[in-house]
Amino acid sequence: MKRPLARAAPILWRVVVVAALVVFLVRPDLFRPLLAPLCDPGQPVIYDRASLLSLTLSHLATVAIAIGGATVVAVGLAILATRPIGAEFLPLSRSIVNIGQTFPPVAVLALAVPIVGFGEKPTLIALFLYGLLPIFENALTGLTRLPPEVVDAAKGMGMTEAQRLWKVEAPLALPVIIEGVRLSSVIALGTATIGSTVAAKGLGEVIIAGLLSNNLAFIVQGGVVVAVVAMILYDALSGVERLFARRAGRLPRNGA
Amino acid sequence: MADSFALTARAARRGLDKLGVVVAALFALGAASPFVAFRANRIAAGEAKSFFEALPPLAAALFALATFAAGAVSLLRTTARARLATAIAFAVVLAALIGMAADHLTAPSDRFARVAPATGFWLLAFASSILFADSVVRLKLGPLARILALALGAAALALTLWSGVWSGLSILKEYAGRSDVFWREAGAHVTLAVGSLAAATVVGLPLGVLIARRRGLRAPVLNTLNAIQTIPSIALFGMLIGPLGWISAHSPAAAALGVHGIGAAPAFVALFLYSLLPMAANTVVGLDQVPAEVVDAASGMGMTGRQRLFSVELPLALPVILTGVRIVLVQNIGLATIAALIGGGGFGVFVFIGLGQTAPDLILLGAVPTVLLAFAAAIILDATIELVTKARL
Repeated sequence: MKRPLARAAPILWRVVVVAALVVFLVRPDLFRPLLAPLCDPGQPVIYDRASLLSLTLSHLATVAIAIGGATVVAVGLAILATRPIGAEFLPLSRSIVNIGQTFPPVAVLALAVPIVGFGEKPTLIALFLYGLLPIFENALTGLTRLPPEVVDAAKGMGMTEAQRLWKVEAPLALPVIIEGVRLSSVIALGTATIGSTVAAKGLGEVIIAGLLSNNLAFIVQGGVVVAVVAMILYDALSGVERLFARRAGRLPRNGA
Repeated sequence: MADSFALTARAARRGLDKLGVVVAALFALGAASPFVAFRANRIAAGEAKSFFEALPPLAAALFALATFAAGAVSLLRTTARARLATAIAFAVVLAALIGMAADHLTAPSDRFARVAPATGFWLLAFASSILFADSVVRLKLGPLARILALALGAAALALTLWSGVWSGLSILKEYAGRSDVFWREAGAHVTLAVGSLAAATVVGLPLGVLIARRRGLRAPVLNTLNAIQTIPSIALFGMLIGPLGWISAHSPAAAALGVHGIGAAPAFVALFLYSLLPMAANTVVGLDQVPAEVVDAASGMGMTGRQRLFSVELPLALPVILTGVRIVLVQNIGLATIAALIGGGGFGVFVFIGLGQTAPDLILLGAVPTVLLAFAAAIILDATIELVTKARL
């Protein structure tokens, strides 16, 4: 039997981290003494050309739009490739996933600029394309590695193909799909910072301003906010994943 | 009447290749889209030219014929060998014609005009690569055959570049003006990516062995390495400028070794830090999945812990460890591009200068070699992993 404090500790930790992040974004001035030693006297300590909160929100919005779109497309394609009608695509789609992930995100971003110009668009395209692959790969894994006795039982119950997909296959594959979304989102949060080199609004702006003006305080505040947001997202999506895994009966109720 | 119609439709459907329908659609779309973009100078706005406008009449006819034939071969249920041959033949025609389009559109006296491949060309290249990849998958090429195919492809690319067929293309005009810098940055890029991989192997492998033995250390070490991964690359590069600058200012030895705040050193350290997680984590997974009976048998034979590790456990874990090496190398080749932002060199120099000047050809000069390098590294390491796994069985 764990003591109540030990059981509350993980929750307490998460509350503290989220609260610290929110306070930093809303009132960055409170953290001035922490960051001031990192820059030369006379240099601005807190990024002031835009509020950190609005930059974080637009950073998150870019990631959410790109990964949302990638999830819909990737899961749709994975469902198609695992139906009888799409079976011919399955071997090739696996190798495309494998090859596609070797494309460096920076290259995708840079190649999109001549086509769509500067701003949010190339970043959205790069994050979308780069986000597709992990989600597609995981959705394929989830939909092809179902316990055969469960699928047989569903067939035996007289479920139609559509019923099997929505009532059996999708819920069982969901945790693995969410794992893919988690991987993609964390990669996208980092890659979105590079988007600022092509004038996308986001936290990369703070880091690049720091690199240009040789101000370590800017680099650290931009980098740490992205890292903390990524960790919170990673943690939250892991939680969602466990929730659905438990629902699908793949984890014991008190496990993990 | 209706019956016979349904019958024909079914026969036609049986004769069609489902994937081929997609590929043929890509061929059709590619032929209909602009083949090249013509610009009066390197930063002017592009003017789209269809293959019909971009090629001399005979070549345009050849182009139309080749695209139609390639589309037809992919549409029908043909053998994998025929599809492979078609993909290669089409790639050769496409490579020759894009070079011809550049020469055809540029007046001999015009030194400023730029001709770059446009959407149509990229779609056609994509269509033929899918056809190629599909036939390779269907033929189930072995690892050695894949490496051979890669070597042949690289040789064909080198030959094309050397022959001058493409010298009218914009990306090669960018190259012509800076060939020295190009090879210097290529060297810097490979040194960064491979050097940080080597350093991460030397540190990550023993670290993985250590945390595979001491279970208590596993969570803290892996969590720390995981946290490093969440720091965005440009921020990590930037954060290392300070400490390394301090070291170089206070230690002449470090400065003599080339450790400076700005330059390759922070990029190298950052890539090394990112590489530790895949190396250590894969070593742990590889060692964990060595069957306990095998370890017991080795102990029973009187092997010491060290002998067991080097002659039994590590060899059995090798495929998984190599998977870690693959992840690291492909990731580092991509990330090394960002080193250019902090003066670390590499192909990123062209990407970021190109972005700054809005010169798309220069961006291509940096991005295309990076993609090819990552692609080649993935093929070679995948084949190696397969060979090692097979040798084990």
